[in-house]
Amino acid sequence: MQDHSFGFATRAIHAGTPPDPATGARAFPIYQSASFVFGSTEQAAELFQLRSYGHIYSRISNPTVAAFEERMAALEGGLGAIAFSSGLAAQLCTVLALAQAGDHVVSSQNVYGGTVTQFSVTLRRMGIETTFAPVDDLAALEAAIAPNTKLLFAETIGNPSGTLADLRALAKLAHEHGIPLVVDNTFASPYLCRPIEHGADIVVHSATKFISGHGTTMGGVTIESGRFDFASGKFPLLSQPSPGYHDKVFTETFGEFAFLMRARAEVLRDVGAQMSPMDAWILLLGLETLPLRMEKHVANAKAVAAYLQARPEVDWVRAPEMGAIFIFGIRGGREAGRRFIDALDLWSHLANVGDAKSLVIHPASTTHSQLNDDEMRKAGVAPEAIRLSVGLEDVDDLTWDLGNALEASQ
Amino acid sequence: MILKTPAERNALLARSKTVAVVGASNNPMRPSYTVFSYLRTQHRFDIAAINPTIGEIDGVPAYPSLTAYAQAHGAPDIVDVFRKPSELVPLVREAIAVGAKAIWFQYGVVNEEAIELADKAGLDVVVDRCIKVETARFNGGLSMTGLNSGIITSRRTESHV
Repeated sequence: MQDHSFGFATRAIHAGTPPDPATGARAFPIYQSASFVFGSTEQAAELFQLRSYGHIYSRISNPTVAAFEERMAALEGGLGAIAFSSGLAAQLCTVLALAQAGDHVVSSQNVYGGTVTQFSVTLRRMGIETTFAPVDDLAALEAAIAPNTKLLFAETIGNPSGTLADLRALAKLAHEHGIPLVVDNTFASPYLCRPIEHGADIVVHSATKFISGHGTTMGGVTIESGRFDFASGKFPLLSQPSPGYHDKVFTETFGEFAFLMRARAEVLRDVGAQMSPMDAWILLLGLETLPLRMEKHVANAKAVAAYLQARPEVDWVRAPEMGAIFIFGIRGGREAGRRFIDALDLWSHLANVGDAKSLVIHPASTTHSQLNDDEMRKAGVAPEAIRLSVGLEDVDDLTWDLGNALEASQ
Repeated sequence: MILKTPAERNALLARSKTVAVVGASNNPMRPSYTVFSYLRTQHRFDIAAINPTIGEIDGVPAYPSLTAYAQAHGAPDIVDVFRKPSELVPLVREAIAVGAKAIWFQYGVVNEEAIELADKAGLDVVVDRCIKVETARFNGGLSMTGLNSGIITSRRTESHV
């Protein structure tokens, strides 16, 4: 091997997937196996004691899933990664690796509706409280941080408001209080933004979006930088003997790997929200074209936003500062929005983003419908807002369809 | 010389046969035990423990000093060190005296004077790295665990895990 620093596109194609040592297969094999045979009782014991590297059971790790994990870590500039069955699973397991009943989370309120519900209902029922504040109101976020707060959470690009998080400022705030900054980077993808480079400690994704790229596969992933000091005493789940793992002290045994080891060996093991090998393989394939797709997504989104800004049926456009997902307000409010969506022919009306196909949705009646009016306003969603995820089709075809539907809406 | 790049560390591990782990513990909770046990069960290196307070670790005899080890086995290729930074200068002098080829300071085991001494005496020096992690980086172990090995290659290699 030679010393060389590989670029993003090369890592997107190669990281985690050298030729298969057993067969030479150049496309990474799908290891669709629940379990893996031990070489000896000695090796089995070393694996169970987390002293050696290898696969035991695919709920905890799997070769194809590990290849996807390593590639994501390489793209985000992290120490390592853990894949999950969905973005929400990645998020839940990340919180559970750091917090338990009696603990507290501070989160941006400009986040996905499903995240608001997960934090404010499900986590609360488990005894973990969340305080929400606007992502651009550092004073409010700081005021929300309490002695039992274990993490600060934000989205790089807020869903669906498009609000950009000032990651450096958030990281500084979190670190001043001895807690990690956890960033959902789904809408940016590591091609447009790598939060760890801006001070974030942990990055989570819904891999279902731009990472898959084709709307085929559910998945999530957590990437950790390895830089945060979890041995400070503020994180007893990591720095005190763990009854879930032979009283192991993760920070002492694993140093910078403590978070990743506990999140996998205890949380993923016990929650059982693992990614399937087949899905990891599809996501690996998706990542190979991530740089190409993101360039085109962004160019198409700029063109579509400019087109909408010039249309009389459009009240306002929140043109994307980054990425390819944005909202606009249609003249005539909720009813006009309904007529607009029903008149579209090429754009798909569905609950997803980051597909090669262009997608449209009305958040107030769908993705954010679990939120009350107050929560919805806090999340930056107006009732008349329509969210677009601009795909890879010809721009002329996208604007042709939008134009027809705008006319039909009035 | 001080080995700073992955390729240099990989080459050191590839050319080494014997590793003496100074400060290896027989307490399974200690990182030095974890590293020792990993190296022992890899069956890749001939390893030995250097620790005057214990007789053996999992059947591998422990030697009271590097000098005692060298009298029995000759100079080790790598001296892997789990000691307080304040104890490193005399240890490096002993490593030089027995003819060790390389000295590997584990995470947090950092003493500038000791590093310079070893470097000037012609030893290969690795600083603030874990020999277990680096071995796993190059044999595919890190990759199996979703960790970023930094290795990209289209060459077919044997897995050693």
